[in-house]
Formats: sequence, structure tokens, C-alpha cells
Amino acid sequence: MKMRVFVPRDAGALAVGADDVAAAMKQAAHARGLDITIIRNGSRGLYWLEPMVEVATVKGRVAYGPVSPADVPSVFDAMASNGSHPLRLGLADEIPWLKRQTRLTFTRCGVIDPRSLEDYRAYGGYRGLARALSLAPEAILADVTASGLRGRGGAGFPTGIKWKTVADAQADRKYIVCNADEGDSGTFADRMIMEGDPFVLIEGMTIAAVTVGATKGYIYIRSEYPHAVVAMNAAISAARRAGYLGERIGNCSHCFDLEVRVGAGAYVCGEETSLLESLEGRRGIVRAKPPLPAHKGLFGKPTVINNVLSFAAIPFILAEGAKAYADFGMGRSRGTMPIQLAGNVRYGGLFETAFGITLGELVDDVGGGTFTGRPVRAVQVGGPLGAYFPRALFDTPFDYEAFATRDGLIGHGGIVVFDDSVDMAKQARFAMEFCAIESCGKCTPCRIGSTRGVETIDKIRRGERVADNVALVEDLCNTMKFGSLCALGGFTPYPVMSALKHFREDFGPAPMRVEAAE
Amino acid sequence: MKMTSAYEPWSEARGDEIISEHATLDGATLVILHALQEAFGYVPEPAIPMVASALNLSRAEVHGVFTFYHDFRKQPAGRHVIKLCRAEACQAAGGDALAARAEAKLGIAIGDTTRDERVTLEPIYCLGLCATAPSAMLDSRLIGRLDEARIDALIAEAQR
Repeated sequence: MKMRVFVPRDAGALAVGADDVAAAMKQAAHARGLDITIIRNGSRGLYWLEPMVEVATVKGRVAYGPVSPADVPSVFDAMASNGSHPLRLGLADEIPWLKRQTRLTFTRCGVIDPRSLEDYRAYGGYRGLARALSLAPEAILADVTASGLRGRGGAGFPTGIKWKTVADAQADRKYIVCNADEGDSGTFADRMIMEGDPFVLIEGMTIAAVTVGATKGYIYIRSEYPHAVVAMNAAISAARRAGYLGERIGNCSHCFDLEVRVGAGAYVCGEETSLLESLEGRRGIVRAKPPLPAHKGLFGKPTVINNVLSFAAIPFILAEGAKAYADFGMGRSRGTMPIQLAGNVRYGGLFETAFGITLGELVDDVGGGTFTGRPVRAVQVGGPLGAYFPRALFDTPFDYEAFATRDGLIGHGGIVVFDDSVDMAKQARFAMEFCAIESCGKCTPCRIGSTRGVETIDKIRRGERVADNVALVEDLCNTMKFGSLCALGGFTPYPVMSALKHFREDFGPAPMRVEAAE
Repeated sequence: MKMTSAYEPWSEARGDEIISEHATLDGATLVILHALQEAFGYVPEPAIPMVASALNLSRAEVHGVFTFYHDFRKQPAGRHVIKLCRAEACQAAGGDALAARAEAKLGIAIGDTTRDERVTLEPIYCLGLCATAPSAMLDSRLIGRLDEARIDALIAEAQR
């Protein structure tokens, strides 16, 4: 039987040599006179094991990793003979880090060939759309609402309510827009879905279109993700050829088509109104709300705008029912969250699990602490606008409300781990600096406050009138928080204030000593 | 030795062709600016009024879009572009020291191009490779798990 070998084409795997490994595999097969099929799958998200190569066996797929091109000849022989090898990880599905997850959104990611619609269908794809097409829009809305799904981009707004607003709006055109401007450092789940299971996003957006009566959709992908752009365009073409996009989708009366648009390196375009401006071909300047995009969105028309992970959760909800999704989670955070462990972490990657797991379990138990082996001192949760958490708060459960209670946010689910060499005053300064670089300029507290914030933190770091300047930074944060239209200016205070609150010792000399010296 | 560029030299006729190819799209400005940069390596100044006229916009509006986004260049970059991720996940993994090393090796600051126009060193805020940090991009190739040896090799490759 022809050997079937899987070598990921995920950007994270490519960055650590997956293309070279694939070429070496082909060469090894050729040298042994064997014929093999190499499937370029997505990543399963166990990044410390990438490039993770798998071979199909009668018992399931056996994984090896991390494989370098030099390892390939011996790995190849182990694969061909089902023999032992130091890099052999056993059956991929049985790897404990993967097995303890609850993969609803990521069930196919890393498993299927992302270029193959047949593969997608063979693994349960398009069952959600089939059911949606048999339902009235009200029934779909009831399911999405009952699932408890909340916007996975970070804001956590109930998806069902957003969709209903657009469904109820009267207009000659409506749009579905996918926010794939995943700019938060420490996040890569959107990228993984687009590269590893792009059809699930197309299916989710198509279900949204059928529900609200939209005919055109855009996927706005950041330019830093060229591989995701290629993968999405390939998937859109395949879906079109198979009649899943275009006129009369699934042989029904609905028409819906999709187009990929590429951003141009502006972080603020991850904010939904700024993204819409950018899609319309303008500067990514934030719009005031109201009007909500659901009423007046893209080109002034009612628009559903959701994150990649929100749309990608939809096919499961429609196929398996709202209850199957809502049964997972805690409180008002229902279902699962694809959490991303990043930075200085031993076992970094994609960990999808039900809401409710604690931050400590994620960092210490799942993540295995730092790869430098030094103690974890701080973790930033939710990207550049998320708070820094000290170990003392590691009992916080992963849940929208629990994080808000502790002056933080889960955002898009990214956790960046820092060891004890981190200088938290420097991190606070960076938060302000990043805001200054990326501010769209509309709101004064964000545009100018961020620069003044950098300067003031610099004074603190130099030990100049520390207590006064700390008070000034706190006051500035307050102004930014309440005087900015969007989360960039409004949430930059989170990392700054949390660093000040939990890591005060990093900000210049201790206040008591300063006062004594004065 | 004159280095050959991967890009076409600016020509009004070619610019016009690229602009007309995309001008009928809804909200075409960014699409056109990307296409121009892809062809010429930057967005030549004479193209701005041409885009404005094709889309029935003012020159100021197109100039405003062009200057808003970090991606668009007003002059060609060096022959090779190294983008170093400067965001938090890469900072946590030792990215700051590697960035300083790259600056020292190339003798330029991040954001600049070497005098021989071979290498441009730029910051990037997240490549989405945060679990294999620190990361970088050399032209269109991604590199993760950077360390001193890898960054040195990357710079040597770019300088060739």
C-alpha cells in the first residue's frame, strides 16, 4: 500500500522547516524506490513538536516530532517498518496534550487536507449548512442564541443578538464580514483555522448569510498572514466550483459569494469599524457607534461582522445542536475557547477547552512553565491591550466575567508567558509605545496620551519624582480609558495599570524610600 | 556591480494598466496600492493622482490612505527585507536582544536600509508565530525559534 505521510503547511511549521522536511521525505522515498503521498495538512497546534510529521497506519496516524531534515531518513525507515524511533510520539490522537482538549472548532485542524473539499465533507463538513438550509432563519437564530456563543474576537458580544439585528434590518443589500485581522501578539488561532481548515470559516459565513439574507461577504486578512491569504483563496475557489458559493448555494435559492481583502499593516483595523473603513478603501479611522455596523456597516448597509473563531464555531452548533455547544463552559461563557499559549512557554500552541479552566492550570500544567526553565513571573492575557497577571491571580478561571472582575480580559484567548527576567516597567512602556505607533489618531487621549505615557514612564524608570509620575500615569490611563472611542486607547490602560498594580517594585525606587530621600 | 531588481521599473502605462485592472472593485484603494507595490516594489508618487482620478477621489484622500498604512513604501526597500517581530510574545522569548544584535551586525537601526541598499531591517508586530518565538521574515520566508546563530545566518544570507 502507498504510504500516506502528513507534513504540515501551517506557517508556524513552515517557520521551523516543514518545507525542507517535506522535500527530504520525497527524496527519502525516491532513494528507497517507494511511492508515497505527501499531504500538506494544517497544524494540530503542538508547536514545540513542529515540524510534526504523521504517517497513516491501520491503527491510526502515528506522529513523529520535532523532525529536522537530517532526521528524515531514519524517521522514514521507522515509518515504513512501523519500528521504534526516538522522535516517535505514538498515535497522534492519543498524545495527552491533544487528548485532554475539547476540540469543537478545531476538530479538523491538522487532520484534513485544507485544499480538499472532499476531505472536509468526509470529516463532517457542510452538515451544519445542510441543516441551516432546511430551517427558517428564526430557527437558526434561535440555535445560535441558545448556544450562548459570544464574539471570539474579544468583545464577547452575543453572536445570536448581533445576527438577529441584521436579520431584522431592511435593506437592498447586506454583508457578512469576517475580521481576520488577528493582530494581538500571542494569538494565532485565526491563522491556524484559515491555513488548516478554511472551509469551516466559509461554511460559518455562509450560514450567517443564509440567516440574515446577505449576498456578499468579505474576509479581511492581515498582510502579515500571506499563507492564510493563499489558503483562503484556494478554498473559496474550491467551494465555488462545488456550488457551495455563488448562485443557488446547495441547490437552494440563496446566493452568496466571498472575497478576500488584505490589510496593510495597521493594528487598529482589527477594530470592527476601522476594519469597515479600510474595506471601503479609506484610512482605518474608527467610527463612532451608534450607528452599529448591524444597522449601518459596510458601505452603509446592515453588516454582520464577526471574528474568524466566531464563524468557525457556527457549523458545529448547527450540525450538533445548540445544547451540544452550550453544555460546555461556565456562567455566561458557554462552549469552548481556542486558547493560545505563547511567548516563553515550554509547551506552546493551541489548546481548545471549555471555559472554566484556571489560568494556573493553563500556564503551569498545560504550558509546562517557561522554556528557559526560570520561574513564571507574569502572563499577559488577551494581547497588547490585555492585563498582566501575577502568579497570585492564577486561580482566575478562564471566563469573560471572571477576568473582568480582576481588571483583565480574555480577549482573543492569547496567553503570553514571561519569566522572572521581565522588566514590567519596560512592558508598561511598550504598551504605551505600541498604542502611539498604532493609534488611528481620531481620539486625543489615545493619539497624544500614549506618547505622553511613554515619556512619563521613562521618567519613572529614571527615578524622577516617581510617586508624582506614577499618579500622573494613573490619571492619564483614566483619561484614555474613558475618552477613547475604541479598545486601542480604551484598553491600553489594562497592561499599564496591571503592571503598576501587581509589579510596583519594577517602577523606579520604592515610594517610601523616595519620600525619605526627599 | 549593479544589482538587478525583482521589480519592474515605474512606467505610467504599466501603472495605468494595474489601476484599471482593479478600479471597478468596491473600495478598491487598498487593493490598487497593494498591486502597485507588488509590481514596482513601492508606490511611485506619480501613481497617486492616477489612482485618485480612476476612483473619482481627491489626491489628498488617496495620499491619506497611502500614508496611513505601515505596509506602503514611498521608495524601494533594500534588495532583501528582514522583518523582526517586536511584539510581546517575541519579547518574552528574548527578541529584544536579538533585535539589538541584528542592528549591530548590520550597522543600522530598525527601520533603516544599509548604505549598499542590500538589506532593509523592519519591525513587524506579530507574524502569528508566537508559539515558536522569536520569529522573523526574510522576504517571503518565515523563520521561527530564532537564536543568535539563526539570526546571524539570516543576516549573512540577506547580505549575499
